[in-house]
Amino acid sequence: MAENKIDIDYVANLARIALTDEEKKRFSGQLGDVLHYIEKLNTVDVSGVEPTAHAFPLENVWREDGAEEGFSVETALENAPAARRNMIVVPKVVE
Amino acid sequence: MAETLYYRTASDLNRELESKRISSEEIVRAVIDRTRAVDEKVCAFISFDEDDAIAQAKASDARRARGEALGPLDGIPVGIKDIMAVKGQPLTCASRMLGKFVSPYDATSIRKLKDAGAVVWGRLNMDEFAMGSSTENSSVKTTANPWNTECIPGGSSGGSAACVAAGEAPLSLGSDTGGSIRQPAALCGVVGMKPTYGLVSRYGLVAFASSLDQIGPFAHTVEDAALLLQTIAGHDRFDSTSFKTDIPDYRTELQRKRGPWKLGIPREYFGEGLDPEVEKAVRAAIEFYRKEGCEIVDVSLPHSDYAVGVYYIIATAEASSNLARYDGVRYTHRSTDVKDAIDLYFKTRAEGFGPEVKRRVILGTYVLSSGYYDAYYLKAQKVRTLIRGDFLNAYEEVDALITPTTPAPAFRRGEKVDDPLQMYLSDIYTISANLAGIPGISIPCGFSGGGLPIGLQILGQPFKEADLFAIARKFEQAHDHHTRHPAL
Repeated sequence: MAENKIDIDYVANLARIALTDEEKKRFSGQLGDVLHYIEKLNTVDVSGVEPTAHAFPLENVWREDGAEEGFSVETALENAPAARRNMIVVPKVVE
Repeated sequence: MAETLYYRTASDLNRELESKRISSEEIVRAVIDRTRAVDEKVCAFISFDEDDAIAQAKASDARRARGEALGPLDGIPVGIKDIMAVKGQPLTCASRMLGKFVSPYDATSIRKLKDAGAVVWGRLNMDEFAMGSSTENSSVKTTANPWNTECIPGGSSGGSAACVAAGEAPLSLGSDTGGSIRQPAALCGVVGMKPTYGLVSRYGLVAFASSLDQIGPFAHTVEDAALLLQTIAGHDRFDSTSFKTDIPDYRTELQRKRGPWKLGIPREYFGEGLDPEVEKAVRAAIEFYRKEGCEIVDVSLPHSDYAVGVYYIIATAEASSNLARYDGVRYTHRSTDVKDAIDLYFKTRAEGFGPEVKRRVILGTYVLSSGYYDAYYLKAQKVRTLIRGDFLNAYEEVDALITPTTPAPAFRRGEKVDDPLQMYLSDIYTISANLAGIPGISIPCGFSGGGLPIGLQILGQPFKEADLFAIARKFEQAHDHHTRHPAL
């Protein structure tokens, strides 16, 4: 397993969270402790063991592709932080 | 009528309603008065809507007067963890991120409660996005343990446990990802149950770790917990992981199933770190079962020691993916001072998430990131297979397992806030059940010298909730821990 140090700037960027310097310092230390604890898993032999994603694997569930009543546009936009003319307003993405 | 109205069990209240000795409105008003009287101290609720609750109660009374009562929960208030969608009510997950969110639809569990006539009552405090073991990670307020307000109620469903213990609702719903129902139930001296993964629909439950999350009941008694589970269990076409399975009538099964059972005692749950008072109470419970004719067998779950590590890889990985939806665009808090769309993500998430959520999203992002996936996530999934195998092996031999729910009674507020690892280790006995997908229940089994409740955990076979309830009730019927209430 990797060293117990998270490249906090790299990971925070992937997670899209702006961290303060104080948070970076604190989280690095705390998560280092957690990773150190997790190192225990190094001692388990998992050769030939299949991974478990869900405790009870399910088959795909199928249904007819029919139209059903859904939210109205008004309902869907009720919680939008900014909306105009049935659309959500966001900062400009393309110049 | 010895017991105060707000402390009576749902089953008892139902009998009173059926015989028309009381009305739902009287019950709901008693619960509202009680909440007003004690919640300033307990802080179980983030918010509640009295008018809405009374309107539901009046509708229930009108139904009953017409002879159209919908079942045993009709007119009974059920408190709701602030992580489940109730149409027209706020849903915050105790996070600034969802500060102004109002649910446009009902979660399946809520729809089933409404179909059964239950009074959907309040929004209960929790750790932000269900991440925590003490309810101290709520961005709104910290909940107190009703038995000692200097102590934590457990978490993440701390509000759900505390409200039942304090008489602010006879029943409540919580969610359990690594022990978030059973651990606070144990620490607050009430019954809390996590069903088999897939028994209860997760539709409308805000996702934390989708392969581990389950909704379950809090109650004063095992029978009440069974009653509430009966109402919410069952396949749902809105949750592809919900199971198509026949749900037995739990109360009939409670009468029918009387044991004796073969019970396993996993030796890994009685080692270093277990508080002597907790061990004593749990051992006494095991002795009780032995005297009742149950065969007690020493068993081993050899991979137990890895459960916390596996959990904090899998749960954080799933959380980092699930919480990516909180981007400030569609329905959340949005940062106002932003340069561009990318900056909006960064600042919204910095402002909207509290420290524990940030920590877990960072950890989850890390274990899934390029170069680390195999070492952490894939490895954890493989060890999860071994942990699940331990339980299935044990169940070849025994009907259920008996363990402590928590290593110690409730700790003091603030004690573990700055030490996430120590906080994580308080879930050491509950986490494996989520990884294995099996059902578990915590029932009161005693008190510490300091007067804090102690919980007994019973872990059952997949989809054998009826047996779990029967085993738990055997103990409950012979003891009176569940009838004691905190002095508030």
